[in-house]
Amino acid sequence: MDTKPVAELRRIANHVRRHVLEMINAAGSGHPGGSLSAADFTTALYYNHLSFKVDDPEWEGRDRVFWSKGHVAPLIYTIMSEVGYFDNEVLCTLRQLGSPLQGHPSADRCRGLEVSSGSLGQGLSVAVGTALGLRLKGSDARVYAIMGDGEQQEGQIWEAVMAGAHYRLDNLCAVLDLNRLQIDGFTSEVMNIDPITLKYQAFNWHVVEIDGHDMAQCLDAFEEAEGHKGGPTVIVANTVKGKGVSFMENVAGWHGKAPSDEELAAALGELEEEAKAL
Amino acid sequence: MSKIASHLLYEYGKKLEAKPGRDGFGTALIELGRESTDVVVFDADLAKSTRTEWFWKEFPERFFDAGIAEQNMLCMCAGMARVGLIPFAATYGVFVAGRAWDQIRTTVCYTDLNVKIAGAHAGISVGPDGATHQALEDIALTRVLPNMTVLSPTDFEETRKAVHAAAALCGPVYIRFGREPTPVITGVDSPFEIGRAQVYREGSDVAIIATGPMVTPALDAAEELALEGIDARVINVHTIKPLDADLIAQAAAETGAIVTAEEHQVMAGFGGAVAEVVVQRCPVPMRFIGIQDRFGESGEPDELMEVFGLLPRDIKAAVHEVLKAK
Repeated sequence: MDTKPVAELRRIANHVRRHVLEMINAAGSGHPGGSLSAADFTTALYYNHLSFKVDDPEWEGRDRVFWSKGHVAPLIYTIMSEVGYFDNEVLCTLRQLGSPLQGHPSADRCRGLEVSSGSLGQGLSVAVGTALGLRLKGSDARVYAIMGDGEQQEGQIWEAVMAGAHYRLDNLCAVLDLNRLQIDGFTSEVMNIDPITLKYQAFNWHVVEIDGHDMAQCLDAFEEAEGHKGGPTVIVANTVKGKGVSFMENVAGWHGKAPSDEELAAALGELEEEAKAL
Repeated sequence: MSKIASHLLYEYGKKLEAKPGRDGFGTALIELGRESTDVVVFDADLAKSTRTEWFWKEFPERFFDAGIAEQNMLCMCAGMARVGLIPFAATYGVFVAGRAWDQIRTTVCYTDLNVKIAGAHAGISVGPDGATHQALEDIALTRVLPNMTVLSPTDFEETRKAVHAAAALCGPVYIRFGREPTPVITGVDSPFEIGRAQVYREGSDVAIIATGPMVTPALDAAEELALEGIDARVINVHTIKPLDADLIAQAAAETGAIVTAEEHQVMAGFGGAVAEVVVQRCPVPMRFIGIQDRFGESGEPDELMEVFGLLPRDIKAAVHEVLKAK
């Protein structure tokens, strides 16, 4: 696979963040906070770890990504467009009538998506079933599930965690975007999910805890997950909600709000400054 | 001369072999397992009850017990479908159509995935387990979902055929069937095609449109009504979605009165589905036999069928009533 050096991945992630904000601004609604927190490990995953063919989205040998936190649709669409699933121009149709880019991912309308998602807590279960199915078929393709930390409150997540370990699915890697915020506030105050790493360990998962904004750590974590045998791995990515835009960082209000034109200009200014430094 | 369809084993008063619908399900799964290695089966700790245990014994590598975790089971099946396998998910109707409804809606139906869902222990005739285990809402919950096909076969043999037809269809399917042995009225040669209801008894005064195990009481009622000079048509609707609107509209036009019969809530259920066609295509008086907006309860199956008004005599009373409104 044609992989990219860390410095270039950082530049791509910066670019992705800008697209995400432009899309949400154009749509007038959407979810910037979680899209920005997940941008770095997503870039690492799509550019340096996944096997896929953009001109053949149903290629049997592809690695599968399940976006359990479907509300980060702007990030999903941006990264898919960046790697070539569809044209950049489609991005400005986000959330519009007739667009393939529905407010939450619709597999029926958008090529390259595995399943529709948006109702939280279901993606890890689908990933478990897929990993089990691939093993049954003798495939060595890998399966990834991207989860939010708020959705760890869903009971179904723990059904899936139990099943992933029960079936010893070492072709499965979950990523937990631990940005510590959900719509109503801090997860620790709304409904505490801690100690989250101990919980996964207690369920017999291999846990890799990283700084989810350190590109080198993200790459290493995916590598470690791939090398781990005998059971599933979860990458617990410590992240900052709204990462990259000072006034969005760690503010619950930016979970699902579009930036105004002025806010967009300020945010893009910050990201451009960051890009220059990269 | 008999007005009963010639392919049927049914004859009024004749003692027929009784077998449970769930045995038809279990039998078909084994047949499918032998035909294709792509068929995989999931259960949620009820493999003995749903008869998936039969598949489990023959194909242990393709059977998965999800444990008591129905939501996870449905989504695991979605994953299996996504890699080209044909997953069947079985448990009691209440625990799948109810508890895992959002998983069926958003992951399975919205993505239009090839997942087959079996709702066992459907209807009041589940018996002593009582209301928590009697699925009386599953038709309503599943027929409201886009992309979903809803099957409600009448007996052992038709359940077997329905499971084969479901496997051959690409897309989500819900199949409901009962626990109790009921007379096997259809034969190996009785036709079965998804979406095509069947006239099981010719008649011109009234149409009794039934689904699932209620077809046999409907035929009994029709034969008894004939002695009173009332000529009742009986239609077996094994496919609740897509509904055979043409055959229902034709029955409405030719008989001018309809009684529906189901082991399910009449509100939003099968009777409601038939009424949606009748009011649009050919409005005629209707009456609804089924559960009348109440929960089930414990009791022997035959006691419950009586208490909840699901006997041939109840169908006959409804026919008398609807004929007065004609």
